[in-house]
Amino acid sequence: MSDEILRVDDLKVYYHTPSGPVKAVDGVTFSLRPNERFGLVGESGSGKSTTALAIMRLIKPPGFIESGKVRLGEIRLSELSEDEIRKVRLAEIALVPQGAMNSLNPVMRIKDQILDGVRSHQNGSADRTIVERLPELLHTVGLQPNVLRLYPHELSGGMKQRVCIAIGISLSPKVIIADEPTSALDVVVQRQIMQTLGSVQERLGASVLLVGHDMGLMAQFVDRIGVMYGGRLVEVGPVRDMFKEPLHPYTQLLISSLPSLETKGVFRGIPGTPPSLLNPPSGCVFHPRCPKAFSRCSVDVPEIREVRPGRWVSCHLF
Amino acid sequence: MPPLLEAKNATKVFGSGQQANVALDNFSMAVSGEAPSFTSIAGESGSGKTTLARLLLGFSQPSTGEILYRGKDLWKMSGGEWLQFRKDVQAIFQDQFEVFNPFYRIDHLLTTPIGKFHLAKSKGQARAQIEEALHAVGLRPEETLGRYPHQLSGGQRQRLTIARALLLHPRLIIADEPVSMVDASLRATILESLVKLHTEFGISFLYITHDLTTAYQISDNIIVLYRGSVAEVGDVDLVIKQPQHPYSRLLISSIPEPNVDHRWGEEQALPGTEVKLRSNHSCRFADRCPFVMPMCTESVPPLYRTDDSRAAACFLYKDAPSISGDDMDQVLSGKATAASGG
Repeated sequence: MSDEILRVDDLKVYYHTPSGPVKAVDGVTFSLRPNERFGLVGESGSGKSTTALAIMRLIKPPGFIESGKVRLGEIRLSELSEDEIRKVRLAEIALVPQGAMNSLNPVMRIKDQILDGVRSHQNGSADRTIVERLPELLHTVGLQPNVLRLYPHELSGGMKQRVCIAIGISLSPKVIIADEPTSALDVVVQRQIMQTLGSVQERLGASVLLVGHDMGLMAQFVDRIGVMYGGRLVEVGPVRDMFKEPLHPYTQLLISSLPSLETKGVFRGIPGTPPSLLNPPSGCVFHPRCPKAFSRCSVDVPEIREVRPGRWVSCHLF
Repeated sequence: MPPLLEAKNATKVFGSGQQANVALDNFSMAVSGEAPSFTSIAGESGSGKTTLARLLLGFSQPSTGEILYRGKDLWKMSGGEWLQFRKDVQAIFQDQFEVFNPFYRIDHLLTTPIGKFHLAKSKGQARAQIEEALHAVGLRPEETLGRYPHQLSGGQRQRLTIARALLLHPRLIIADEPVSMVDASLRATILESLVKLHTEFGISFLYITHDLTTAYQISDNIIVLYRGSVAEVGDVDLVIKQPQHPYSRLLISSIPEPNVDHRWGEEQALPGTEVKLRSNHSCRFADRCPFVMPMCTESVPPLYRTDDSRAAACFLYKDAPSISGDDMDQVLSGKATAASGG
């Protein structure tokens, strides 16, 4: 327990629609250690972004956190009031959201956008010291101080994303959640941004929760991976073990479907279609597409269990 | 026999004066009308690959230079010739959401070209053609026909756009990032369909992408574009496995491989300058190149043919014979090229 900086327990997030509840996240449990890089990976509709938003208490109606607990160290994030969570966001736990660079205010200079977040936590006090530290903050993300005076449209995609990371780390949070931080960027810029994020994390002694769908990026950056499918967490383990010996059938299929530069002309997709979250399959959410499914799979929902030290799987085969 | 589709010294400039952006610079290439080819056009955003696709499809006119369909300038063709062009050269796009009008059932996407190009003489014949096209891309008519776009998955919708292209029995399909908006687990099967269409139906492909891994998987040749010019071109195995142009090397080493043993090196990737190069008499990559020499900012490097099936536009290889952009086809491997390689 003491070795966890973030703990998510049986989190459920449902979107209540006229047709019924869409179970975007349906019982997710995992934890993040200090100084760790954890990758939450899944395809579209798997629930990974919703999980990230739920941790930050940013789910809006018709979405609701149905049940579950989220703790950041000693702070019970899921139980705080609106005012209390606002104090914790950015200062203790920060989110660099998907498409963040598109949400920079086009009529505000970069300096003011960074200060915007910082000031709301310091109650407008000690302005001068904060402003003096801005160039250093930009330097941490590889930007020149002159960027402070610029407007977002004067920056490239990579620069804007660095600004978003700078905002995210401006108050030295313990946990940085990055949701698809590089999806609109070229591989060259992507690598630079990820290396920046890594060095920032080391300097702050923070933990990073990287949410995404690119297994290649995960292999390059994270220490541990959690695989999500249909709103559930199906497998968690150290990144090397996950690639060398994936245990859950979905993880196995996912990894073998990745195109590589090693073998040419071998194509292995996963047949079938992603599950409906409105009417999810009974029992294990993956069973309709699982090559190893047996009778129990359509009846009982598998619990996530530690089947080997550090290796968690949610599958009846174990 | 003239090539099926050809770009001849095609240049596209957006804006003018100080703001002029040369999106594509003096680009030439030809797609043979005889032997089917599978070529990737790879590059990052700003490379000119989308501009090239739009020029080749006749969606946009070159500022200078020509786009020729069977030897005829696209922009001087008659209506009848355009119709023939549209039958021969089809396209698949990246965003499978945009392609579909959400108010129509997906059948509409398939019946429209049949009507417009008079492909069938009866409803029965149309139905047969549609079912044949669906089967060719791995879709089941009973699971797709009659449905609305939102009732299908992204992968199914994308396959439908391929089926639509197939209805016209094209000679060439230009695919612009066909799988980048599709889930990873479905990508492999869609790419496999494209290869199948190439080998079974002899359709040529121009696969436009920023994803070098998939380019490697499915194509024979590759053209790497950087800021509107060709950086490297040739056999995909040579270019990807043994890149020569400093930009190709940077690009390939930055690919996040799903392999924990091949992590990005510790060395910092070169920062991009955010400034557009004003001068036209310089290698486009000079401001970021770790191997830059004085001559790189004084003139534009031609393509140097460093292998039978590969050329790189870089002064590092100035001792190799140079070829002009028009002769780029010499390094593109294909069943048609005999040329001087023996």
